[in-house]
Amino acid sequence: MIGSILFYLFSAVLLASSVMVIAARNPVHAVLYLILCFFNAAALFLLMGAEFVAFIMLIVYVGAVAVLFLFVVMMLDVDFQAMRQGFRRALPLGLAVGTVLLAQLAMIVSAWTISPRVSKAAAPAQGMIDNTRALGRVLYTDYFYPFQVLGLILLVAMTGAIVLTLRERKDTLHQSVRRQLDVPVSAVIEIKKVSTREGVEL
Amino acid sequence: MPIGLSHFLVVAAILFTVGVVGVVINRRNILVVLMAIELMLLAVNINFVAFSVYQHNLIGQVFTLFVLAIAAAETAVGLAILVVYFRNRGDIATGRANLMKG
Repeated sequence: MIGSILFYLFSAVLLASSVMVIAARNPVHAVLYLILCFFNAAALFLLMGAEFVAFIMLIVYVGAVAVLFLFVVMMLDVDFQAMRQGFRRALPLGLAVGTVLLAQLAMIVSAWTISPRVSKAAAPAQGMIDNTRALGRVLYTDYFYPFQVLGLILLVAMTGAIVLTLRERKDTLHQSVRRQLDVPVSAVIEIKKVSTREGVEL
Repeated sequence: MPIGLSHFLVVAAILFTVGVVGVVINRRNILVVLMAIELMLLAVNINFVAFSVYQHNLIGQVFTLFVLAIAAAETAVGLAILVVYFRNRGDIATGRANLMKG
């Protein structure tokens, strides 16, 4: 019973905030609603018993992706009001597309029957190991190579993002390693003979 | 009525539709388009996890992790392109993105 209430609560907030993401006037608000979306989706995952995915979801999306979005939204000095001029004109088309898609999905929903092999409840069967451990066992054995490829993809994305946004500014002072190394020794070091009890003249 | 597989699938379907509508109505604002794509990926993830949990098959959750990582990579590269585009043109209106030749 309490599970049903929580499901409807989280789903309602999830869907409402997702609508606010695409309808918000201010992109900063849109990002904040997106974060709310992710929190509620993570709560849904927790309800299903997929704890690891839920918390990874929070860490990756809220901790990294949403912060990245916020950085970019706040960094770009864009007139967002001017960008909303096409909003009213695109609204009927958007609603039409949404209605068609929703009708198609509703047709699918009305036609399907859940296989009897699918369990009725989301709770894991008794005696099963916990979610994170089971996931680790699958991920690091059967899916080891896809997992490594995933790491490479992230590396490529990271390198690409850095290369794209790196900017050499001509008006700032740079340290030129080559020029530093090119300086002859005689220009920076003078070797003096120090005789006993006489000292050095500077 | 206990919460079953269909409940989660319906929520995911509505969320996906919201994402598609968001892409269509915010075509000019590529930032919101990227966020709408994130919403669609979230809907797909909910589907994966729901099927995975209700069929007692962990592969769905493994694939959710893959989708998550790809989504993060896509967002990083997309936002980097956006920043470069803004630096070159001074705005991010996608309606004139076809002028970006050479």
